[in-house]
Amino acid sequence: MSIRTRWRKLVNVVMLSLTGVCALATVSVLFFILGYLLWYGGKSLNWAFFTQLPTPVGEPGGGMANAIVGSGKLLLLASLVGIPIGLLGGIYLAEFGGRAFSFFVRYTTDLLNGVPSIVMGIFAYTIIVLPMKHFSAFAGGLALGVMMIPIAVRTTEESLRAVPVMLREGALALGTSKWRTVATVVMPAAMRGIVTGVMLTLARVAGETAPLLFTAFSNRFWSSGWDQPIASLPVMIYTYAIAPYDDWHRQAWAAGLVLLALVLIANVGARLVISRGISFRRA
Amino acid sequence: MAAASIIAVTVMLVYQLYTNSSLPRQKFGLGFFLGRTWDPVGGDFGALPFIYGTMVSSALALLVAVPLGVGAAIFLSELAPPRISSALTFVIELLAAVPSVIYGLLGIFVLVPVLRQGVMPFLKTTLGFLPLFKGPIYGVSMLAGGLVLAIMIVPFIISVSREVLMAVPVEQREAALGLGATKWESTWQVVVPFARVGIFASVFLALARALGETMAVTMVIGNDPKISASLFAPGYSIAAVIANEFTEATGDLYLQALIELGLVLFLLTILINGLARLVIIATAQKGAVQG
Repeated sequence: MSIRTRWRKLVNVVMLSLTGVCALATVSVLFFILGYLLWYGGKSLNWAFFTQLPTPVGEPGGGMANAIVGSGKLLLLASLVGIPIGLLGGIYLAEFGGRAFSFFVRYTTDLLNGVPSIVMGIFAYTIIVLPMKHFSAFAGGLALGVMMIPIAVRTTEESLRAVPVMLREGALALGTSKWRTVATVVMPAAMRGIVTGVMLTLARVAGETAPLLFTAFSNRFWSSGWDQPIASLPVMIYTYAIAPYDDWHRQAWAAGLVLLALVLIANVGARLVISRGISFRRA
Repeated sequence: MAAASIIAVTVMLVYQLYTNSSLPRQKFGLGFFLGRTWDPVGGDFGALPFIYGTMVSSALALLVAVPLGVGAAIFLSELAPPRISSALTFVIELLAAVPSVIYGLLGIFVLVPVLRQGVMPFLKTTLGFLPLFKGPIYGVSMLAGGLVLAIMIVPFIISVSREVLMAVPVEQREAALGLGATKWESTWQVVVPFARVGIFASVFLALARALGETMAVTMVIGNDPKISASLFAPGYSIAAVIANEFTEATGDLYLQALIELGLVLFLLTILINGLARLVIIATAQKGAVQG
């Protein structure tokens, strides 16, 4: 073997192993994150965390019950904004759209998806907080809802496109109108995909912090109404993590664990359903 | 209707940002982008430190994330057996789903102490003659911000690059291998150049993410509006200053200066995203024609 051949083989082995190291390093990050959160978060997670209100500074104990409920309320509001527009937009793109206009809508949707979340916060701030003159759950819900639209549109469109054309043709041949075909034949067939898409969307916005900082703001007590400031888990994690109190840091870890667990469970669940759906269809 | 409302929302977004930032535009004009002082009390607003911070932290992130991400994508598409590849891809997709505030949490309590006690003193003693590694060590710094960003954008680079690499026709690889190239030579000299446009697009998408990323950066970058050559010095980014000061902005000028920063961020990410998407669409169509 000449030196050159040997050199080439050496380069081959070294570089290929390096790519393996890259992949391994990236994947191990997730396990680092999980490990740290389980270790620190698990230590400070207890029943009170889910049932009690935050205590005043210096007083140990307490929980984040209000933030957990608050996150739920915000997600509900966001769904009211994001899901109808997302679903209808997706249906339009998959079933009704003309070429040029569809392309334009799809492109805009992609751009909307790339808008930094903090800019969405400013948007909701100028529309709701400025006229109302105070922070509110509505504003937070709007910010999250607008963020949901692009993802909901794309997942709906994709799952509708996966429905075989024969189903549509069959329904149309029986004399059903286009809209009824979509509503009673295509939609039910694509339901599984659409529902998982919505779940993924919710999981994504559930962890958003930046748009809530100056829309929903935060609240150390139970929120007194939809037009009042409201606490949420991500914002609590942020304020507790940058505060100088050890007890708050412990609570931030616990909240981080709860949030990450919710997001990952939703993601894994949705992806399992999707993959099973595909294998079912192929069979 | 719904489709039109998506466009309407986007237009409204631009309109709101634009009209709500008219005051600083009138007062400072283009000087807004060149001013180096950020003095809310004196009413003097210059955005340069934030623009600088956003650029430097994002550049740093790309510097780390691009080799790592492209390397991992090569491994996943070229080397790993399909089973392992899809399992690892699944994990990487989960990584992309981790909320940014969680990255920030680990950044504050894990990354920053490691940097302060281990990495930074080491760099200072070995490479301290460079202006990059000078100055006092706080831990929270431009370096920490860049590293957290790098970790956050790697999954995006990997998932797009992997798809582009997998779309390269098998014949290309077979031809190179048939000519006697090693596996690495065929990958690096044939497959990667074939997919380079798509890889560039993935890098641009990741860059747009990095520019707009807020929480994780805010928590570790140090939040000090100064321009410093040292990576050890605390910095500030556009998104971070909006997150920190928006709720306490008193006076219309202050608030609108922050909104104008948001507009800048918006336009920047839209521009980069728009370019990347066009490139992806163009290459996808080309691929379809060839296929």
